[in-house]
Amino acid sequence: MIWIVKNLWLIPALPLFAAGIIAVNKQPARKLAATLAIGSMALGFLLSLCAFAATLGHHGDGVFREVFSFNWIQFGGQWMDIGWVLDPLTAIMLVMVTFVGMLIFIFSVGYMAHDENFMRFFCFLALFAAGMLGVVIANNLFLFFVSWEIVGLTSYLLIGFWYHKPSAAAAAKKAFITTRIGDLGLLLGMVWLYAETGTLNFYDGGKGCLESGALATMLTHATIGGMAVSTAIGLLIFLGAVGKSGQVPLHVWLPDAMEGPTPVSALIHAATMVAAGVFLVARVYPLMSVGGIIGTHGVPVTTSLTVITWVGAITAIFAASIAVAQNDIKRILAYSTVSQLGYMMMGLGVGGVAVGMFHLITHAFFKALLFLGSGSVIHGCHEEQDVRKMGGLKKYMPVTFAVYAVGMLALAGFPLFFSGFWSKDEILHSAHNWPVSHIPFLLGCTGALFTAFYMTRQVALVFFGNYRGHEEKSVHGHYAHAHSHSSESHSHDPHESPAVMTVPLIILAGFAILLGFVGTPAWPWFDGYLTGEEFKFDFGKLTEPGTLGLMVASAAIVFTGLGLGWFLYGKRQRKTVAEKDVLEAAQPFIYKLLENKYFIDEIYEATVIRFNAFAAWLCDFADQWIFGGAVLLVKYITVGLAWLYRLTDEYFVNLGFDTGCEALREGGGGLSKLHTGRVQTYLRVIGVALVALIIFLIWGRKA
Amino acid sequence: MTPLQACLLISAFLFAIGFAGAVTRRHAILVLIGIELMLNAANLNLIAFWRFGPHPEALTGFIFVLFSMAMAGAEAAVGLALIIAIYRHKKTSNLDEVKELKG
Repeated sequence: MIWIVKNLWLIPALPLFAAGIIAVNKQPARKLAATLAIGSMALGFLLSLCAFAATLGHHGDGVFREVFSFNWIQFGGQWMDIGWVLDPLTAIMLVMVTFVGMLIFIFSVGYMAHDENFMRFFCFLALFAAGMLGVVIANNLFLFFVSWEIVGLTSYLLIGFWYHKPSAAAAAKKAFITTRIGDLGLLLGMVWLYAETGTLNFYDGGKGCLESGALATMLTHATIGGMAVSTAIGLLIFLGAVGKSGQVPLHVWLPDAMEGPTPVSALIHAATMVAAGVFLVARVYPLMSVGGIIGTHGVPVTTSLTVITWVGAITAIFAASIAVAQNDIKRILAYSTVSQLGYMMMGLGVGGVAVGMFHLITHAFFKALLFLGSGSVIHGCHEEQDVRKMGGLKKYMPVTFAVYAVGMLALAGFPLFFSGFWSKDEILHSAHNWPVSHIPFLLGCTGALFTAFYMTRQVALVFFGNYRGHEEKSVHGHYAHAHSHSSESHSHDPHESPAVMTVPLIILAGFAILLGFVGTPAWPWFDGYLTGEEFKFDFGKLTEPGTLGLMVASAAIVFTGLGLGWFLYGKRQRKTVAEKDVLEAAQPFIYKLLENKYFIDEIYEATVIRFNAFAAWLCDFADQWIFGGAVLLVKYITVGLAWLYRLTDEYFVNLGFDTGCEALREGGGGLSKLHTGRVQTYLRVIGVALVALIIFLIWGRKA
Repeated sequence: MTPLQACLLISAFLFAIGFAGAVTRRHAILVLIGIELMLNAANLNLIAFWRFGPHPEALTGFIFVLFSMAMAGAEAAVGLALIIAIYRHKKTSNLDEVKELKG
């Protein structure tokens, strides 16, 4: 076994220790907190690179996979194992999480510089990284679940980081509770899996639950409606992924999670944590795909995967359409994240692990870039998040504009040069070949059109035209203007962010471009790396009819979206903040629908929340009258008994005891009278007694 | 009347005198004298039972009485010391006034 496999635990343990040390240190030790957090991530990144290197060079001889497990808890006659696994899936995620995490940590130093709870922030960030890395290395569904919950907890803590804002506190609760619904499914799936296979280890030298023996058992057992147990467990586990990865219908928490600080949005709610759900599905892919019919395109088709595909496709188009009509810069990105997560799920469903994971990795980089870029914009515009109040930032923030444009083109899928194009194209390609239905492919294409459109809209509104941020201030700020006009207007101008923020952006931008080339159809290195299959460099594949046609089609879609966006928002810039959106003017009804996110929150409010409120009322009623009554009854019985005891005690036990004591005392007093203190009296009594004794003896003998 | 009976009679008489003295006298020293008389009556008994018993040659009674007398001497010394202490303390040797142990 290679040393890195044994020491893989260090990668999550380092940030965990960092979080612990930060937590016990006295405020304010900003430098210490930042150094520890970033340092632990940097070390983790180096270790991840070692792990990554260990998994390289195994093309053609199957998937490299080494596990390290040990006994943890004993219950009954069985041992619960925990352990970790090193395979390409783990390694690529480790590198991605530690690298993106490290850059975001560095960015946070600048972004949170003025926050008084700087240390708490870094403590949570490090704890989050520990949880996420735990999720990634886990070779055991139990360890996975524990880390998964740590991630959920830190997500809650960081969304509610500014808990003095009621909206942030509410968003934190919403995120926690919504994901909890999914986690319940995951927990049930986990328990069921354990009941079926007797192990929660993923890989265990043939005994693990993702290996052929256990899978075959689960496939033969049937449950409700003739469904194989493996399908049922797969769907339950997928429910956990739905919650964490913001798939319809549990997506509602993710846009609200933007209440947290922007680096958090970048790290947790775009790049890594929400990808945990996708990663989960990728991890248990053998379970999802077992017993599937291998179609013409070489990918198995099963009930679980079909469900995953449909959920993903619907999420992709659904969220993308909402993003078109949002005005908050972070909310647009949030819905875009939801939509891209949908693509990843769809990719897993139609094309297998490599397709979904490729999009996950590229998306992590460009979405982190976009979020951090939006953080830079927000920071530069004095905490303004409304895109209508921005505009013309190209002039003020050239670096941010350049990297943001890269991120936007990558997300939109600009052909050939950006990573998003290659990864999204691969998903669409697989969806096109999917034998079950063609609709996911069409949904995906429409989603791609929307994606290009809303990103163009956002960039046009933020970076082009004239700066509209002064407008409001000039209405409300006449007094200030009268005093010092020039300096006042200057200080309100947006400004470029410091180097600590822009450098990570530039690095991310580099990866947003370069990363695409590891998974092109001509050189499918990524696919070969994950599946362990042979591949070779072949330019001819690019020009194959199916591939080329699809690439041209998707390029056309992207260009349509970009052109439409530029035509509607770039060429004809809005003049004022209050001006109606172009789409709103044209289609007020649809725009309203999209702006209000299809009223999903309202529907939940009217159904689930109301039902919940009713249930809560019912419970309260039951608590007050039924259980409360029972408690009252017990109370009165107890009081009655206590009263009875008191009476018995006072009038029976105490009285008897008192009387006895009194008698004893009086008797003692009487007897003490005999004790005169005169020695001669005693002697006299003895003498008389002796005489009496003698007389008695003499008389006795006579008788 | 055998010599033993005569001795026992004398000793009983002596004991009665001693007892009467111990019980009736008020002065502590006289009470002590009474007690000594009773002790000597007992010694006389011991001597008599030895002298007229089955083994007069064994000297057992004699030795026993010798011990008893030594003890009586010691006892008298302790008793006198007590009486002197009480006298110093209470300025009296009248036993009717010494009744601290009254219950």
